[in-house]
Amino acid sequence: MTQQREAVLVTGIGLIAPNGAGLEPYWAAVLEGRSGIGELTRFDAARYPVRLAGQIDAFDAAEHLPSRLLPQTDVSTRYALVAADWALADAKIGPDDFDDYEKGVVTANASGGFEFTHREFHKLWSQGPGAVSVYESYAWFYAVNTGQISLRNGLRGPGSALVAEQAGGLDALGHARRTVLRGTPMVVTGGVDSALDPWGWVAQISGGRLSTATDPSRAYLPFDAHARGYVPGEGGAILVVESAGAAARRGAPHVYGEIAGYATTFDPPPGSPRPPGLRRAAELALADAGMTPDDIDVVFADASGVPDLDRAEAEAVSGLFGPCGVPVTAPKTLTGRLYAGGGPVDVCAALLSFRDAVIPPTAGTTEVPEDYRIDLVRGAPRPGPVSSALVLARGKWGFNSAVVVRAVPAP
Amino acid sequence: MPQMTLDDLRRLLIECAGETDDDSLSGDILDTDFTSLGYDSLAMLETAARITADYGVPVPDDRIPQLTTPRAVLDLVNAAASPSS
Repeated sequence: MTQQREAVLVTGIGLIAPNGAGLEPYWAAVLEGRSGIGELTRFDAARYPVRLAGQIDAFDAAEHLPSRLLPQTDVSTRYALVAADWALADAKIGPDDFDDYEKGVVTANASGGFEFTHREFHKLWSQGPGAVSVYESYAWFYAVNTGQISLRNGLRGPGSALVAEQAGGLDALGHARRTVLRGTPMVVTGGVDSALDPWGWVAQISGGRLSTATDPSRAYLPFDAHARGYVPGEGGAILVVESAGAAARRGAPHVYGEIAGYATTFDPPPGSPRPPGLRRAAELALADAGMTPDDIDVVFADASGVPDLDRAEAEAVSGLFGPCGVPVTAPKTLTGRLYAGGGPVDVCAALLSFRDAVIPPTAGTTEVPEDYRIDLVRGAPRPGPVSSALVLARGKWGFNSAVVVRAVPAP
Repeated sequence: MPQMTLDDLRRLLIECAGETDDDSLSGDILDTDFTSLGYDSLAMLETAARITADYGVPVPDDRIPQLTTPRAVLDLVNAAASPSS
């Protein structure tokens, strides 16, 4: 017997990205092809082999958050708190709309509070353990954004944190949806990351996938014959998700769309003859949504920018949808890869593609190898109705996640 | 060791745990509970560590729960700093 599941809707968005702080500034930048990638200026990166990043400039946390929170938070948590504030304001959720225990939080984070921790470690070795901030006890931690968002907003329902590198942000949305389906009517969810201090930077370089190119417009070229790695960035998105019933009862002002399906898989070990798990994640997410590849209007790709990984993703997509069977795009070429923030930002872009009937382009990439057999949207936005999207994300060490979002017809 | 004034303590609290949003630190707070000023146990733990570093006054962890008001902190620091006590 099949059970009718209630729809889980996105009713609020807070987004902060290198090419725009706020959902609309980000979206305008994406459609205009304005990039947030440039020389790293957060510290002197002249001696490092990688010097380009998607950096959020012109954002002063003190303008948005109480002074009390600043000594206890890493830059990544400040972004997460502000994005959560924006998402709740966008959803017009006031303190009285739900009981505290009806409100959950699920976030993903891949790097923790690198910059905060770097500073405290410096104090540890230069001044001794007594000088290390007590707030280091949680400011570094992957669960910190869930905790701080919960505390600030009185969200005392189920709280979770997921860690799966770039795939983690989609896992958070998937788990938030599960949390709503289990009976928590409203969940704040998404992912935010930042690690643009010297320690965070060397950690990212050591992953071996960063582009060493120096021209910001030619550094991150996923699916291009000249792809040579990715540019990392900072930021992410926090979304408000609600059961359709809760959204209707309180008269939610926007319904951006439905989180209709989700799945995650893990790759076989290196050297295994079995194929990577990305296609299987996509298939399972479609099945979870009760949809087939024909129902999907656009794929937001993981877009690693590493040639082997690009090829594997192109094979997964062309295998599932047929050669050039679906438009594919990667607006993250304008922000860099945001780790746990990447998937949620792509989901937001997908939701806005429904609203504005346009697929945002992949910036930079020009020469897609013929045998990739993918219809990559390049150069300019592609107009036309869009009502469903498959969003893919892979995390280093074998994580694959897929989310299906679809438009909700106006009542 | 220098004596600690209420202004010194205010400055330290702000450095360690941020300002109060309503400027309530600027009033007569000698006998106001830190919790009602919005400074929780972690804020006091951090402040105690700074008092030890800046004033050379050890503040054992089990003393911190007793330091509920600015007066209690100033008494502790200044008694330890004063050679007659």
